[in-house]
Amino acid sequence: MTAMDRAAGPRRPGYNYAFLDEATKREIRRKLLKAVAIPGHQVPFSSREMPMPPGWGTGGIQVTASLIGPSDVLKVIDQGSDDTTNAVSIRRFFAETAGVETTSSTRRASIIQTRHRVPETPLSEGQILVFQVPLPEPLRFLEPRESETRKLHALAEYGSAYVSLYEQVARHGRIAQSYDYPVMVGARYLMRPSPIPSFDNPKLDRSPALLLFGAGRERRLYAVPPYTSVESLSFEDRPFRIELPPRRCDLCGATDSFLDEIVADDAGTRIFACSDSEYCGERQRAQGLSVVAP
Amino acid sequence: MYVAVKGGERAIRNAHRRLAERRRGDPAVPELSLEQIREQLGLAVDRAMCEGALYDPRLAALALKQARGDSVEAAFLLRVFRNTLPRFGYSEPLDTGAMAVERRVSGAFKDLPGGQLLGATADYTHRLLDFALEEPQQPAPPGEEPEAEAGSGSEATGLLPRALAQLGEEALIEAPPADEGAPVPDITRDPPLFPAERAQRLQTLARGDEGFLVGLAYSSQRGYGNTHPFVGELRQGRVAVELVPEELGFAVEIGEIEVSELETVNQFTGDAEHAPCFTRGYGLAFGRSERKALAMALLDRSLRAEELGEELGAPAQDQEFVLEHADNILATGFMEHLKLPHHVDFQAERELLRALRRAWEERRSAPEAAE
Amino acid sequence: MTLPATSLPTALAPEQPLLQVRGLTKDYGAGRGCRDISFTLWPGEILGIVGESGAGKSTLLDCLGGFAVPDAGRADYASRLFGPVEIFGLSEARRRRLARSEWGFVHQDARRGLRMSVSAGGNVGERLMAEGERHYGSLRARATDWLQRLELDADRIDDPPSQFSGGMRQRLQIARNLVTEPRLLLMDEPTGGLDLSVQARLLDLLRGLVRGLDLSAVLVTHDLGVVRLLCDRVLVMEGGRIVEEGLTDQVLEDPQHPHSQRLVASILPV
Repeated sequence: MTAMDRAAGPRRPGYNYAFLDEATKREIRRKLLKAVAIPGHQVPFSSREMPMPPGWGTGGIQVTASLIGPSDVLKVIDQGSDDTTNAVSIRRFFAETAGVETTSSTRRASIIQTRHRVPETPLSEGQILVFQVPLPEPLRFLEPRESETRKLHALAEYGSAYVSLYEQVARHGRIAQSYDYPVMVGARYLMRPSPIPSFDNPKLDRSPALLLFGAGRERRLYAVPPYTSVESLSFEDRPFRIELPPRRCDLCGATDSFLDEIVADDAGTRIFACSDSEYCGERQRAQGLSVVAP
Repeated sequence: MYVAVKGGERAIRNAHRRLAERRRGDPAVPELSLEQIREQLGLAVDRAMCEGALYDPRLAALALKQARGDSVEAAFLLRVFRNTLPRFGYSEPLDTGAMAVERRVSGAFKDLPGGQLLGATADYTHRLLDFALEEPQQPAPPGEEPEAEAGSGSEATGLLPRALAQLGEEALIEAPPADEGAPVPDITRDPPLFPAERAQRLQTLARGDEGFLVGLAYSSQRGYGNTHPFVGELRQGRVAVELVPEELGFAVEIGEIEVSELETVNQFTGDAEHAPCFTRGYGLAFGRSERKALAMALLDRSLRAEELGEELGAPAQDQEFVLEHADNILATGFMEHLKLPHHVDFQAERELLRALRRAWEERRSAPEAAE
Repeated sequence: MTLPATSLPTALAPEQPLLQVRGLTKDYGAGRGCRDISFTLWPGEILGIVGESGAGKSTLLDCLGGFAVPDAGRADYASRLFGPVEIFGLSEARRRRLARSEWGFVHQDARRGLRMSVSAGGNVGERLMAEGERHYGSLRARATDWLQRLELDADRIDDPPSQFSGGMRQRLQIARNLVTEPRLLLMDEPTGGLDLSVQARLLDLLRGLVRGLDLSAVLVTHDLGVVRLLCDRVLVMEGGRIVEEGLTDQVLEDPQHPHSQRLVASILPV
């Protein structure tokens, strides 16, 4: 039992359940239903001020707050890990304001809030993965105007998104986008998957879990319902590929997980270890190792 | 093992403790009271209320104390608190014409009915550090009021007519927008989509960062979308806030707030259908934030460029640019989120860069090998 | 308005006009804009619109290009994709579709028509990508082909237009427009601001391309030399109205309206 695993407990007095008032939660749930009905489409919502700075996950926090109930089990990760400072802060916020049970176990969680990663352990039906999104608009750097990008989405005019891929291939001989790699959802809407490494993109495709995306500062929600196609943008003759050098985790030996490169001592020795700390720990345990946190 | 940023719960607890120590400073120095902050750092309180979008001088003083004087952080604290308050309804429009005016000046008119009332202003002081303030001051003995001559203004009695009314009589200035009874949009409840209407623009400017607004307003004076402004009237003082409770059906006064209101008069050349006339820019800010109100009025006017068919192109005329970047709580949050760990993305970029470097080296050595 | 038979390009004589503009008015007040403009453009024809600055030429072109909304009037266009359409009444979706497939717009300032930070190849390929081309190799091949047709060095395909000279930028802008083989090209002073020698070469190129691709074009210019080289027919505008129209040679050799006479008198014979 670590600090992440905490049984349901008493709530902080003086605030509504999960902080947000019920009218706001209802509004967010309505907008989420719309988002689920139009996969990949960005639905505007009137984001509220939360006790964390906007840009620090307030979109995801509002989504989680509007969905969470006493029977939920919550997992929060940042960069794949349950123990990074921001994950700790958000987890504690829900433990205090909703009194819910928290866990580090991907399997046990009913809601997983994440920043920048999709867990390595496959998700299953009934689970909800909530992404914190800094910049929801995939066309933003080609077209800074919201009024214009909304039009481009409405008309499915995505030529300019391919222009940026074209430029990468022309310059580097390959698509050189390692994270926040744009995807087509349900063959209709172009979507930013949030800054997950492109390594994680395939996990979004036809995922059995419900994927919800909250951008608090930019006041947008979007969703990918279970089993929806999520295709990473590419050219016919330059298909989407994950190109990482063959490496294994120095702690658990995994060859199929996204690895952090960590300076391990003052002499500058580097080790590679799973970014998903829970996945790594489970694998170490299964091999009878004494668990070392990455 | 080196645990990088994965410090976890204990590190956060320690950080909070250190923060509390820093906030208090040297315990040998007496602690500030909220009353001291409210009474003696009034403009800081006013600014926190504006950007925090909450009129409550005592809580603003608390926020400033908690934020160690950081106005952006104080505004943030107020905003979050505001968000937890139940909504009883919307007040009636403030009648600033019925303001108990304490300061009122016009740059456009030499003199005007009711006169120029300078009130408490630093405008005509010489900005020399006053070393007398190093030591506590004796309060002025009662009864020694400044001479009550015109222009120096203690609080005016009775109503002051609006300065711009005299232009209206000649139809030289556009009429103020009529209240058509249509519901006023609320940017905290309905996300503004672009193009935003004027009410949404004014709401966003009212809570916008003073520094950002001043910078943009300044740019509009320096040729980036000039609006040729005059200060038609600045008025400062207390106004009543009224609410119509559903069960009563008529307006009752629920309190008074102090505001600064600023109207600019701006040139307008007219077009085929509209005769040349003066146009208005409007600013309203809590407390005595008159710099904020002036910047707001300049920007309100420059954001009307499209409506008035003026040539576009300057940043201060671009509503998406101005409104999307005016909120210092959003701006600070997003900028400072760069301090959060990004090592997954960075790792992905690092591997990509290594691959690109390998490919580059290969390309570079290939032609040499061929020669 | 019926068109005199003599104004048809002799080789073509098709029965259907490509574009028919009727009563187009866009009034900016204070005498600016254009009023009650009517003309017909036939397939394969290049129509010049001349006049001094402020005559309303660019306003007219902006309306046709979708950059300004006219106050009155209509413009019927024979679309390859959608059949006969009235362009001011088109849905935005259709208008934009036509704008990136069947129409082209060449701005005087190439920076308005190009993405300055995107490579030449990306600029030329954009319309193809917008029309659904998803094969990198084929994008590359067609971009190379069009750069060469505009006499641009194919080795410069990965350079951004910010590194190009004014004449090269203009040719790149034209290549970017022609890559989807549009039927109608709108050009606003395409040679304005270029050196005389560069202008002459560009005009030669344009003449060859327009003839070869069976394009129709509306070309706005104040330069009668450009008109003489490129246009079959010419409209003369003054104060927002058309004051004279006719075959290019006719108008240039024997202008009828006093304004046209002044314009013609002010240039040296080519």
